[in-house]
Amino acid sequence: MEKAKILSAKDLNRTYLRFAHQFLEPHDDYSQLAVIGMQTRGVYIAKRVLNIIQKDFYESLNFGVLDVTFYRDDFRTKLKMPDVKVTEIPFDLYGKDIVLVDDVLYTGRTVRSAMDALMAFGRPRSIKFCCMVDRGHRELPIAADYIGTRVPTHRDEEVRVRVQELDGEDAVYVVNNPDNPTFA
Amino acid sequence: MNELKPTHEFKHKHLLGLADYSEADIRYILDQAKYFREILDRPVPKVPTLRDKTIVNLFYESSTRTRLSFEMAQKRMGADVVNFSRSASSTKKGESLKDTIRNIESMKIDMVVTRHESPGVPHFLTRCVNAAIINAGDGAHEHPTQALLDMFTMQQLFDELKGKKIAIIGDISHSRVVRSNLIGLKKLGAEVTLCGPKTLMPLFVEDLGANISYNLDETLAWCDIAMALRIQLERQDAGLFPSLREYHDKFGIKMPHLEKYPQFTIMHPGPINRGVEMESEVADSDRAVILDQVTNGVAVRMAILYLIAGGSRV
Repeated sequence: MEKAKILSAKDLNRTYLRFAHQFLEPHDDYSQLAVIGMQTRGVYIAKRVLNIIQKDFYESLNFGVLDVTFYRDDFRTKLKMPDVKVTEIPFDLYGKDIVLVDDVLYTGRTVRSAMDALMAFGRPRSIKFCCMVDRGHRELPIAADYIGTRVPTHRDEEVRVRVQELDGEDAVYVVNNPDNPTFA
Repeated sequence: MNELKPTHEFKHKHLLGLADYSEADIRYILDQAKYFREILDRPVPKVPTLRDKTIVNLFYESSTRTRLSFEMAQKRMGADVVNFSRSASSTKKGESLKDTIRNIESMKIDMVVTRHESPGVPHFLTRCVNAAIINAGDGAHEHPTQALLDMFTMQQLFDELKGKKIAIIGDISHSRVVRSNLIGLKKLGAEVTLCGPKTLMPLFVEDLGANISYNLDETLAWCDIAMALRIQLERQDAGLFPSLREYHDKFGIKMPHLEKYPQFTIMHPGPINRGVEMESEVADSDRAVILDQVTNGVAVRMAILYLIAGGSRV
C-alpha cells in the first residue's frame, strides 16, 4: 500500500478562495445563489467556501446540506444499507442558481442522484457542480463546472479527501491498494 | 467509498418483536428515523429507495392507523404495495393462513407486514416463506413498530431516555403495546410503571420488571410521560370492571390532573375513547403529543422498511 499527498492544507485554502470567487462571479444578485454541500466531506468543503463568502462578500448566502442515500442507484450492489444522514435545505429552491459541492468526482453516479434529490425540493433555475478532485472514469455523461484539481487515477486506487473536523487534518491523498487496513 | 459502510451492523431479516433486538439495534433505528422524518416535510415527500420492492400488507385484524401508516411509509419510499384484508379474501372460503401466504409469495413479493389476532403468527410466517416479515401486532404479544414510534416521540421530548420515568396506564393484560414498549424502554434504560385496575393486570405482572401501581394520582405525580392505553370496549362485557364511567373515575386522566402535576406529557397509541382513558379536553390539550406520535409513526416505519430491505438481500 502506498499513499501520496496530492494537496496540502495550504493548497486547499487557495482552492477554497478560488471557488468563492468562481461561485459569485456570474451573479449580480447573490440572494439568488445557493450552495449545497453533499454528505459527508462535500459539506465541509462547502462550509469552507461559505465562510469566505460570508466574511468578504455576502453574509446571508443560502446554504444547505444534502444526503443522497435515498436516490443512489448502487446501494443495492453493496452488502448493507448505508447510513442515512441529515438533509437540510432551509430555503426555497425555486428559481435559485444552485452550486452542488462534493469532494471527489468519479463515476458521476452520486451527482446524478443528487440532481434527482434536488428536484424533490423544487425547481431550481440552474444547477452547477463543484468538486475538489476530478479523478476521471466517468460512467455517465456528467462534467464538473468548478474543479479543484484533476488527477488521473487507476480504478484500483482511491482518492481520500481528509478534513480537519473528521480526520484531524486538511489534505488530499491518493491511495494504492486501499483495502489494506493500516491506512484508515 | 468507506462512508458507505454503516456505523452499526443491522443484521435482522425480520421484525417480529423488540425482544429479538438489542439496545444498539433500537438506538440505531431511532437515530435513522430522524432523517426519514425530514422527508415528510419536503415539497415532494417521496424517495425512490424501495422502488424495486413489492410489499404485502396482510391484515387479519382491523386497523386504521397502523395500516395507513405502513402503506404511507411504503409509498413514500416508492415500493409497490398490495393490501390484503380478511373480509375481502378467500379466508372466508376456508383457505388456511399457510396456503394464503404461499400463494401470495408465488406472485413474487419481498416483504410482508402482518397483523393477526393470534400471537406467534409472524413467527409462523417466517417458516412458510422467504420474504421478510414485519409484525404489525400479533394478539397480546408484541407490536414493535408502535413501541418504536412511541420511543421516538419520547426521544423528541428528552433526547435520552435513560432514567426517564414512563407510566403506562390502562388495560395491561390485553395490550401488545405494553409488552413491546416495556421491552424496548427497559433496553434503553428507562424506568416503567404499569398502572391500572387489578383485574386488568396480568398474572405474575411483577415478573415483567416494571413497577406496579393501582393508584392513578400516585403514578401521575411520579412520571415524566403518561401513556394511556385504549380500553377495549368489549372488555366491559367480560366483567373486568364495573362500568366505563367507573373506570374513567378511577383511572381516566382529567383536566385537574394536568394542573396538579405539571411535569408529565400525555401519549396514547390510539384510537382514543374520549371520556374513558382521558377527558376529551386532555386529549386536545398542549400537553398531549398524540398526533406527533402518528406523524412519527410514518417516519419510524420508513426506517424499518429501509433497514429490513437491506437485511433481506444479504
